[in-house]
Amino acid sequence: MSYFTESRQARAEQLIAVYPEARSALIPLCHLVQEQDGYLSEDGMVEVAKLCGITPAEVRGTASFYDMLHTEPVGKYLVGVCTNIACLLAGGLELLEHAEGSLGIRAGATTQDGLFTLEETECLADCDIAPCVQVNHRYVRTTTPEAFDGLVAELREGGRASEIPSHGTLVRTRRDLALAVNPDDIAKERAEHRAATENAS
Amino acid sequence: MSVTEAPKIITARASFDDSHTMERFLATGGNDGLKKALAMTPAAVQAEVDTASLLGRGGAGFPAGRKWSMLRKADVSYLVINGDESEPATFKDHLLVERDAHQLVEGVTIAAYALQVNQAFIFLRGEFALGLERVQEAINDAYKAGALGANIFNSGFSLDIVVHPGAGAYICGEETALLEALEGKRGYPRIKPPFFPAAIGLYGEPTVVNNVETMSNLPWIMLNGGAAFAALGAGRSTGTRLFALSGHVRNPGVYELEMVKHTFRDLIFSAELGGGVPNGDVKAIIPGGVSAPWFYPEQLDVPLGQDEVAEQGSMLGSGSIVVMDTTTCMVRAAWRITKFFSRESCGQCTPCREGSGWLERVLWRLENGQGRIEDVDLLLDLCDNIAPGLSWPPQQTTICVLGPSIPSSIHSAISRFRDEFLAHITQGACPYA
Repeated sequence: MSYFTESRQARAEQLIAVYPEARSALIPLCHLVQEQDGYLSEDGMVEVAKLCGITPAEVRGTASFYDMLHTEPVGKYLVGVCTNIACLLAGGLELLEHAEGSLGIRAGATTQDGLFTLEETECLADCDIAPCVQVNHRYVRTTTPEAFDGLVAELREGGRASEIPSHGTLVRTRRDLALAVNPDDIAKERAEHRAATENAS
Repeated sequence: MSVTEAPKIITARASFDDSHTMERFLATGGNDGLKKALAMTPAAVQAEVDTASLLGRGGAGFPAGRKWSMLRKADVSYLVINGDESEPATFKDHLLVERDAHQLVEGVTIAAYALQVNQAFIFLRGEFALGLERVQEAINDAYKAGALGANIFNSGFSLDIVVHPGAGAYICGEETALLEALEGKRGYPRIKPPFFPAAIGLYGEPTVVNNVETMSNLPWIMLNGGAAFAALGAGRSTGTRLFALSGHVRNPGVYELEMVKHTFRDLIFSAELGGGVPNGDVKAIIPGGVSAPWFYPEQLDVPLGQDEVAEQGSMLGSGSIVVMDTTTCMVRAAWRITKFFSRESCGQCTPCREGSGWLERVLWRLENGQGRIEDVDLLLDLCDNIAPGLSWPPQQTTICVLGPSIPSSIHSAISRFRDEFLAHITQGACPYA
């Protein structure tokens, strides 16, 4: 039995096919694992290794470099509050403190019901609406404690599901076709062209 | 002062609510620049970009045309678009990928044609979930419209574009780290030389790495000509540029302005732009990303141009400008910026890995009133070990420029506000708390 669901298996195979080298699909495949399991599971890493033709240790060794790849389970909602310079000037640290109080956890932890994981983030590139808050990497633009609490209440009730899918689902728009250009053909054409020019000169 | 009459080159379409749709794109001149380019020779397209004197909009400001001309001739070569946008307070590419992804795809296709590259990758930071979806939609649309794929608009030129999501690492904005990430590895910057991926890049093949904003300028340049672009701005800084304004201003946001023709004062205080500083006055300005040495009120009249800012000892960098007013604690500001570098240091080089954490801890104790009188000079000494001489541009002790960028904010803050650092020590607390 394959690890991925049928449609994700097709997506995984497509990802391998669109890169000149299979290992390039490693990070996109890790995102795909997170989409399926909510985090980067052990089984998922083994599968990614198989698809890329490398060892599971190499997958973990690479994934551990990246903040968005979670090798431990996280909440359904990953709440990121930015405290970098532009947000700091707008009260980002205070909003993070409020979020900690509101959710009853410190930054880095997950609520007991498994709904929320809170993170202090670096700049998220939305500095004109500061402090910046993302939930599952969607900008929610709750810049005040009141708005933040309102959002949390809404998410607890299961609201905004279409806008904010569960953690792990990053890109819902898939590429709808394979590569149109065969890189080998191009390389062959160019080599032939070069040989012809060299012969002519 | 008023904003110059220069056309909006890359944000014209973004003013429409549906700017991200194919319908709006086609109704507002979409793909016209590409069609014009395809009717020219690749060399003529390159020449047009040379004439435009388009400087790269990622941060280093390297002329795009020159970068292209350095591409080593080979059987296989690649074009990679840097949309990792993680420099603190930079949020212009965010706007471009969400609001006008079709324009980006058109620009990438023009560049690929000029370079005769048949596969391009658009690397976007993973936190741009919506941006990733929008760019993928634009690519899907372009394939359907014959603007991408085999034999584009019957020109005989073929191109595939693949969107590649990052996974959260500032360092991947460094072009060789980005290539490592794109190869499925940890985002470790590569040892130089080779200095440019144009010689040895993705999978060891010649590769051009260009920024999202740089690419977004190409459709307009093709349609209106490089000379029209070069007629805007002054000196080496031609065309318009996106300025991302944040911090203590009434109207933070992204503003497209003609290069050089406006000053920091215009951007921050004009009613139609930043709208002024609500509380108090300007105390310090970060002029081009947190790697840049700070500016102060006496530099408010410096024009927003690459060389103009460089002459004053800083850099325009990524075009992000942070305003800090007189209520801002400079120790706290320097601490947070340093914490950022400490978190994002990839760890390969000792001065950066160890230095950033050490600096952050010293700044943190200072901010919390637990500093020692010798800490201020200790900070400078540590900075001097990372970037000897504390000059600008900095001396490099590390593989990439992340390390030597760390001292900028600390050196700026201490040089100008040493008494504020000392007050934290003598009062045993932050005077602004």
